[in-house]
Amino acid sequence: MIVDPATWQALVQLYADYAAAVDSGDWDLWPEFFVDDCTYRLVPRENHERNLPLATLAFESKAMLKDRVYGIRETLFHDPYYQRHVVGAPLVRASGAGRIECEANYAVFRTKLDGPTTVFNVGRTIDVVVETPAGWKFQSRTIVYDSEMIPNSIIYPL
Amino acid sequence: MDRSTIDTAFPALPVWEGEGTSRIPFAAYTSEELHRRELERFFYKSHWCYVGLEAEIPNPGDFKRTVVGERSVIVVRALDGSIHVVENVCAHRGMSFCRARSGNRKDFTCPYHQWNYSLKGDLQGVPFRRGVKQDGKVHGGMPADFDPLLNGLTKLKVATRGGVVFASFDHDVEPLEDFLGPAIVPWFDRLFDGRALKLYGYNRQRIPGNWKLMQENIKDPYHPGLLHTWFVTFGLWRADNRSRLVMDERFRHAAMISTRGSAGAGSDARQVTQVASFKQDMKLEDPRFLDIVPEPWWGGPTAVMTTLFPSVILQQQVNSVSTRHIQPDGHGAFDFVWTHFGFADDSEEMTERRLRQANLFGPAGFVSADDGEVIELSQQGFEQKPFHRTLAELGGTEVGDTEHMVTETLIRGMYRYWREVMEA
Repeated sequence: MIVDPATWQALVQLYADYAAAVDSGDWDLWPEFFVDDCTYRLVPRENHERNLPLATLAFESKAMLKDRVYGIRETLFHDPYYQRHVVGAPLVRASGAGRIECEANYAVFRTKLDGPTTVFNVGRTIDVVVETPAGWKFQSRTIVYDSEMIPNSIIYPL
Repeated sequence: MDRSTIDTAFPALPVWEGEGTSRIPFAAYTSEELHRRELERFFYKSHWCYVGLEAEIPNPGDFKRTVVGERSVIVVRALDGSIHVVENVCAHRGMSFCRARSGNRKDFTCPYHQWNYSLKGDLQGVPFRRGVKQDGKVHGGMPADFDPLLNGLTKLKVATRGGVVFASFDHDVEPLEDFLGPAIVPWFDRLFDGRALKLYGYNRQRIPGNWKLMQENIKDPYHPGLLHTWFVTFGLWRADNRSRLVMDERFRHAAMISTRGSAGAGSDARQVTQVASFKQDMKLEDPRFLDIVPEPWWGGPTAVMTTLFPSVILQQQVNSVSTRHIQPDGHGAFDFVWTHFGFADDSEEMTERRLRQANLFGPAGFVSADDGEVIELSQQGFEQKPFHRTLAELGGTEVGDTEHMVTETLIRGMYRYWREVMEA
């Protein structure tokens, strides 16, 4: 569906800002894209399409996202890597009264320090975005990934 | 072997230092030839391999595609309700015909020449078997002595226990109960006591390391309290937790049984909390991750990790339960498939709790993601200097059950069995 230019611009800006944040290595930026009472789910497409409830990650609050940030920084040993999101144009499914339901395709590339860049994870996001006094935020973000065979592990936020 | 006399960086076969198994040659992980022998001797002969849960195929006609070792198989519930496992290779031209990962069928048809099989794997249709009539003549057709009964799909032997399905290409394999052995059966039955299971879904990861490393990871109670900050800080798995290590009589399977202690850093706990990974001040922003509610069937232990050699790990970590299927792909990689489940009589709250605690596990889990990482980097070390060996001597060089977890005895035990089979 078509939304007014100002809303469209805000949405595109939010997606661009999010991608820049999660690729920056400054993980503290990530939870700030969400409202306190948010949900964030990273789900293999198989589970999603078969209505199986398991997620690879399932967070139910901004506080859980902050716990994840702490985990990435302090507790999860991993081979360091860069990641790079490329996000397609938003597809608005519904919109009204400071609330947008939208989707976007994405691809994430991974680059390890001693190796070539590889396609790490591709899929689509299914989002509910709401307008708050602090700007547009994600109320929910469900990342449904096609790349069901994860190349070893996912550490950083998608 | 005197390490100073090594004259090749790439030995053809693993060379063991003496009779023991505490020093595992890197070459046990780096050879394609040895890997094929492992497939033959562990995955294709004399062993039961995990293929799934009955709850994945609840209805007649339901199937799932999976593997035994590196061979694609189909686990299917026939119309009479019985479970069958058949190899996913058409009897005609060898095509791996089943491409869907799961679904429901009345029969199987290979798309290439439409050879048709029953759900039990019997050949029931061959197009143009009797030839094609044209101008009063019959052209072609299969030879008169072609016998469909002899040309079905390869059928595996199947055993189920407590809702878990195992299969073997070897129809002379010992009964599943004997294969597990009396020391392991009670731990298997504790988790799979016949209650109906509820499938939650899957996580899949490809780990670039030798498949045995995942068995070893879950036979290694040394690392969780060191590598896994969450475990040590929240007392879920710590060197001073009350624990037992149990093996079957051939040392191939094992159960690591642990009971959560206090999460504090009191004087007795000092040794285990002085490790770098213990974080005194770590507090969860959202404590629901660790909303743990003891269940009657635990009978005490808060975590029991059971390794069934060669193919599967059974997980109970507090309220989170899963199977983890090891699917080798050459000597240097394996796919690791997590199937999370609950029990049909779980309350809504318990279902939510199990799913929430699943955040600790799997390819992105707060605890488990780093296991895949260390396995990848171990494999890199092995490939770099295959003439060398690991050192699994915590708790000595012997093999035996223990009442503590400060030991690598389960790894030594697994390699005692490995040598027995591989060197025969």
